[in-house]
Amino acid sequence: MPIDTIKLSQTHGADSLLSAQDPDYPLVARAKAGDYDGLEQLVMKHERGMYGLAMRIVQNPADAEEVVQDTFLSVIQHLREFKEQSSFRTWLVRIATNFALKVLRKRRTMKSQPWDSAEVDDNEPLPHPQFIAPWKNEPMQVAQRNEVQQLLAGALGELGEKYRMVFVLRDVEGLSVEETADALDISLSNVKVRLLRARLMLREKLTRFFGDESTRVAPHDHGKEEAGSHP
Amino acid sequence: MKTMTCDELLQAMNAYVDGELEPGFCTAFEEHLAGCNPCQIIVDNIRNTITLYRDGEPYSVSAKLNQKLRECLRAKWLELYPES
Repeated sequence: MPIDTIKLSQTHGADSLLSAQDPDYPLVARAKAGDYDGLEQLVMKHERGMYGLAMRIVQNPADAEEVVQDTFLSVIQHLREFKEQSSFRTWLVRIATNFALKVLRKRRTMKSQPWDSAEVDDNEPLPHPQFIAPWKNEPMQVAQRNEVQQLLAGALGELGEKYRMVFVLRDVEGLSVEETADALDISLSNVKVRLLRARLMLREKLTRFFGDESTRVAPHDHGKEEAGSHP
Repeated sequence: MKTMTCDELLQAMNAYVDGELEPGFCTAFEEHLAGCNPCQIIVDNIRNTITLYRDGEPYSVSAKLNQKLRECLRAKWLELYPES
């Protein structure tokens, strides 16, 4: 089995204290006892979310479908190893992330590109905000519009993989910094710096679309700014 | 206390947005924000960005995938638990 079964049964995570209240546990218990209906209800509840996670990472419907299928097959195979010390959903996200990473690795191998999870260029200066303006709309007013969803998908797709992975796990899926680091096998400080870069890059792209040009303000001159000299 | 610069604020942005900034540092952060319109806007923009991604559910599962997934999972289940 290529996927790391130790990782699948690990029980890290900030949500371990909440796990006793996980609403999925009764269904998990039924599935563990051999009740297929319990498993099917878990699949129904989470397949859309896992497809969304996979699409955001692999950016391709056929690959995302493969990730979803492999994820739930792995759930069937490993369910009895699940120790219920994290939420079922967190466990599922970790499995799906592993399969999505496999897809990215496979693509990279085919293109002979090096794996970019190494700690390169995380130490470069942060991208400074350039387009600074309040948004014309509240996020919830526009979130369901098709063109907005396309914009979000496009902006995410333009991020480098290592930034996209961290943003998706941390900000979209709601994993803790520790869980994100664990799922991607990177350090906590790498998660933090990549997340900050991802947020700043996405902010820049989205603000150029949603920002109100008439109330745009100039960025500060960070090159000349000195500690203690607030503009 | 030394005044926080825009650069320092940018470095501490994640911790502030995630509510993980230690209290003393948080006060300095908010003092800077109160007097710096660009930084205020950037913090709001980042919060909006996260909200937009977190609350949208743009992808739906096709009927074809749904059907294929059910068949494949059922087959795997029967392979592992033939008695069920």
